Amino acid sequence: MWRRLLSHDLPRSRALAALLLLIVLALALTPFVLPGARALNVAAKVLVFIVLVASYDLLLGYTGIVSFAHTMFFGIGAYGVAIASARLGPGWAAVGAGLGAALLASLALAALIGLASLRVRAIFFAMITLAVASAFQALASQWSAFTGGEDGLSFALPAALQPATLYLDEPLLGARVDGRLLSYAGLFGATLVLVLAMLRIVNSPFGSVLKAIRENDFRAEALGYRTVVYRTAANVIAALFATLAGAMLALWLRYNGPDTSLSFEIMLDVLLIVVIGGMGSLYGAVVGSVLFVLAQSYLQDLMRAAAGAAEGLPLLAALLSPDRWLLWLGVLFVLSVYHFPEGVVGRLRAPRRPRHDADRAPRPPGGSR
Amino acid sequence: MTVAAVPMTVPRRDPWPLALLAALALGALPLVGSVSSWVTLSVAGLAMGMIVFIVASGLTLVFGLMDVLNFGHGVFIALGAFVATSVLAGLSDWTSPADLARNVAAIFVAMLAAMALAAAIGAAFERLLVRPAYGQHLKQILVTMGGMVIGEELIKVVWGPAPLPLPLPEALRGALVLGDAAVEKYRVFAVAVGLLVLAAMLYTLNRTKLGLLIRAGVQDREMVESLGYRVRTLFVGVFVAGSALAGLGGVLWGLYQQTVTAQIGAQVNVLIFIVVIVGGLGSTLGCLVGALLVGLLANYTGFLAPQLAVFSNIALMIGVLLWRPLGLYPVGRR
Amino acid sequence: MSAAPLLRLAGVHTHLGAFHILHGVDLEVPEGEVTVLLGRNGAGKTTTLRTIMGLTPASAGTISFDGQPLQARATPDIARLGLAYVPENMGIFGDLSVRENLLLAARGARRLEQIDAKRLDAIFVLFPALKTFWLHPAGTLSGGQKQMLAIARALVEPRRLLLVDEPSKGLAPAIVANLIGALRDLKATRTTLLLVEQNFAMARALGDGVAVIDDGRVVHRGRMAALADDAALQHRLLGLSLGGRA
Repeated sequence: MWRRLLSHDLPRSRALAALLLLIVLALALTPFVLPGARALNVAAKVLVFIVLVASYDLLLGYTGIVSFAHTMFFGIGAYGVAIASARLGPGWAAVGAGLGAALLASLALAALIGLASLRVRAIFFAMITLAVASAFQALASQWSAFTGGEDGLSFALPAALQPATLYLDEPLLGARVDGRLLSYAGLFGATLVLVLAMLRIVNSPFGSVLKAIRENDFRAEALGYRTVVYRTAANVIAALFATLAGAMLALWLRYNGPDTSLSFEIMLDVLLIVVIGGMGSLYGAVVGSVLFVLAQSYLQDLMRAAAGAAEGLPLLAALLSPDRWLLWLGVLFVLSVYHFPEGVVGRLRAPRRPRHDADRAPRPPGGSR
Repeated sequence: MTVAAVPMTVPRRDPWPLALLAALALGALPLVGSVSSWVTLSVAGLAMGMIVFIVASGLTLVFGLMDVLNFGHGVFIALGAFVATSVLAGLSDWTSPADLARNVAAIFVAMLAAMALAAAIGAAFERLLVRPAYGQHLKQILVTMGGMVIGEELIKVVWGPAPLPLPLPEALRGALVLGDAAVEKYRVFAVAVGLLVLAAMLYTLNRTKLGLLIRAGVQDREMVESLGYRVRTLFVGVFVAGSALAGLGGVLWGLYQQTVTAQIGAQVNVLIFIVVIVGGLGSTLGCLVGALLVGLLANYTGFLAPQLAVFSNIALMIGVLLWRPLGLYPVGRR
Repeated sequence: MSAAPLLRLAGVHTHLGAFHILHGVDLEVPEGEVTVLLGRNGAGKTTTLRTIMGLTPASAGTISFDGQPLQARATPDIARLGLAYVPENMGIFGDLSVRENLLLAARGARRLEQIDAKRLDAIFVLFPALKTFWLHPAGTLSGGQKQMLAIARALVEPRRLLLVDEPSKGLAPAIVANLIGALRDLKATRTTLLLVEQNFAMARALGDGVAVIDDGRVVHRGRMAALADDAALQHRLLGLSLGGRA
C-alpha cells in the first residue's frame, strides 16, 4: 500500500524514512503537543513551504529549468484569495472565485513563459524570468487600488475557519477545537495531498521525459519528444502548485502583501532549500523546508543572544545581529552548492556514486560547437 | 609598406539597431509635445543610459568571453555607491563650495576609490565563487546570486542597514537652461563621464592588441588559446575590469538617485540583464545601444505613462527578442 | 632517416565524455616533411589533432614534441612551443577583419608594423585575395579565401609544426588546386606539416609520409609514394581505388 501511495518512489534509506515519518507526525501533532501561536505559525509556514519548494524542485531538480518567476505564481495565489475575500466579502464563494481566477492567471502566464523558452537559450530564460518577476512585484506595489499596494490586504476568512468559531466546548488533547485548528488541519491535509500528487507526477512517464530533458534535451528531442511541450507543461504544473501554496499562505495569514509572497528573499529561500534538501527529490523539499523554517524561526533567537553577548566588539555584534540572518544564509547557500550538491537526502542515501555527470565540469566539445 | 598602397573597400555595418534608437528618440518628440520637455527627458535618458552602459559592459564581456554568468554583478554597483558616500562625506570641504573643479575632483577621488575596492572584491569574487563553477551554468547562477546576497549583507554590516543620502556637490546641483529646456547639470556631467569611459573602452577594444584578444576570445575562445594566448588570465583581467567599471557606475548611479541603499545592486541587476539581453551577450556596441534604449524609454514612459514605466523594459526586451532572438548585435562565429 | 621525429605520439588514448575515441594512437611526424593522416569519417583524425593541441586532453599515452612532453600541457603553452593549428572549421574570427585576424596570429607583435614585412609580403604573394579584403570582416570571405586566411595565420610567424585539418573540405576543385599550389610552395620552405585529408588527390600531391587511422588506431604507416602505387593496399585501407599518380 505504501508503495502505491508514494508512487513507487520510496525513500530508499532507513534514516530518510524515519526522518520523514518523524516530520509527518510532528506536523500532525503540533497543535496538540506544542501549545502557543508561535509553534503553530512555524508549522503552518513549514507546510506552505513544503508545497512551494516541491513545486520548484519539479522545475529545477527534475526538468533542469532555472526560473526566478516562481514566487510570482506564489503571489498570484495569495493575492487571488486575498483580493477576492477583501472585495467580495469573506466566504467560501470568494475563496473559490479568487483561487479559480488565480489558477487561470497562473496557467496563462506560465504557458506564455514556457513558450518563450522556445526562442531563447536557458541563460536568457533565467534572466528574463528575473525581470518579469521583478516587474510583477513592482506592479503589485503600485496598483494599490486593486492590491492594497505596499501595505497589502487584510481580509476575513470564511466563518468555518475563523478562530472565533468553536466546534467543541472542551479542548481535545490540549488544543482548542476551533476554526484555527480546522485551518491547520486543512493546510496539513492539502500539503499531504499535493505532495503525493507531485510524487505521482514525477514518477509517471511524463516525469521520466522531464528527467530525460534535464539530462540532455537534444537527445530527448531526437527521441521524438517535443521538448517545448513538455517544458511548458512543467512550467504550468509547477506554477499551479505554487499558486495553491500561495492560497494556503493567504488563508493562514489572513493577509497578503508584496513582501509576504513576492519578495526576492522568498525566491532565495526556496533556492536554498532546494539545494540543501537535495535537487531532484521531493523528499529533499520536505526535509529542507523543515530544517530551513525551523532554523529561520529559532536560530534568530540564538543570533540575538550571541549579538548581545558580543556587545563590546561592534563588528562582531553587527555580523551576529539577527537582522543579518541573510548573510549566513548566503554563506550556507554557497557552501552547499559547492560541497553539498546532493543535499541532505543525497547524503542520507549515500554512500553512492553520483547519479549523473551533471555536477562535473564538462570537457570542451570536440569539433565544431 | 605594401599594405598601405592597396585600394581597400570598406565594409558595411548593420544600421538597424541604431535606426531603432533614433526612431525611439524622434518618435517620442511628438508624443511628449514640447521640444523643451523632450530635451530634458532625452538628456536624462542618455545620462541614465550611459551609466547603465558603464555598469553592464563588464557583464557582457565576461559572459561573451568565458560563458560565465555573474548574477551578482549588481553588488559592485552597490559597493561603488556606498564608497562614494564615505569618500564624499570625508571630502565635504571639496564638495560644499560651488567650485566645479574641486567638486569634480572630489567625485574623481570617489570614483578611483570605488574602482579600486570593486576591483579587489571582484578578484576575490572570481577566485572564490566563479572559478570553481566554470562550465556549469546552474552552479554559476546559484553561486553568484549567493555572492550578491553575502555582499549586500556585508555592506549593511559596514555601513548600516539604513539608506544613506548621497547629495550632489554644490556646483553640480540645479539645471542649465538651454532656451526653453531645463537640463540638470549632473546629468550632463554623467553623459560626459560616460562618453569618456566609452571612448576609452572603444579605444582599448579596437586599437589595442588586448582589445583584439578580448573581441576574438568572445567569438572563439579555443582558437585564441590555439594561437598561444592564455585566455584564463585574460578572463580574470576582464572580470576585474568589469567589476571596477561597475563600481564606477555605482558612484554615478548613487549620485543620480541621491539616496543609496544596499538593494540598489539587486534593482540595477535586473536592469542590466535586460540591457545585455537586448544588446546581445558579448557585444559592447549592443550593450551601448541597449542601455540607451532602456534609459530613453524609462524616461519617456515615466513622463507619458508612469503606470506603464515598470513594463516598458519588459516590453522592449520582448520586442527585441521577437525581432532578433539573440539580441541586437548577436555575437557568434560565422 | 634516423633523425628523431619532430612529433611523436605513443599509445595515446582520448575520451570525449563517455566515448572512447582514440584507442592507443602511435604516430611519428618527421621534421621538414609533410605527413598525411588518412581515414574515414569518425576514425579519429580530428580528435588526434585536437589531442596534440591539448584542446581535448589525452587520457593516456605520451606526446612529445622536439623531446618535450605535450600531453599534460595547456593549449596556449603547446602553441608557444611552435605548433600552429588550422582546425576543420578554420577558426576564423568572422567579426574581425582579415588584418586583425593576421595581427592576432602574430604573438610577438602589438601592432601590424611589428610583423615581419617579408613574411607578410610572402603571404600576399601566396594569397593575393587577402590583400583585397584586408579590412573586410573575415566572415564575408568565400570558403576558399577563408581557408587561405586560416593557413596564412599559421605563417605570420615562424612555426615548427603546422597541424592542418581537412583544408579542402567543401571547396570547389579549382580552389582546391589553388590550395595545393599554395601548400606546395609552403612545402618548399621545409615546413613540417601534419595534414589530415580525405581528398586523396591532395594527399598524394603533397604527402611524403602517410598514416592511416581507423577506429582510433593507426593501422598503416609508410611512404605516400608506396601507397599511391599500390591500388590493392589503397582499397584495403580506404575502401576504394583512388587512381594513379597525380
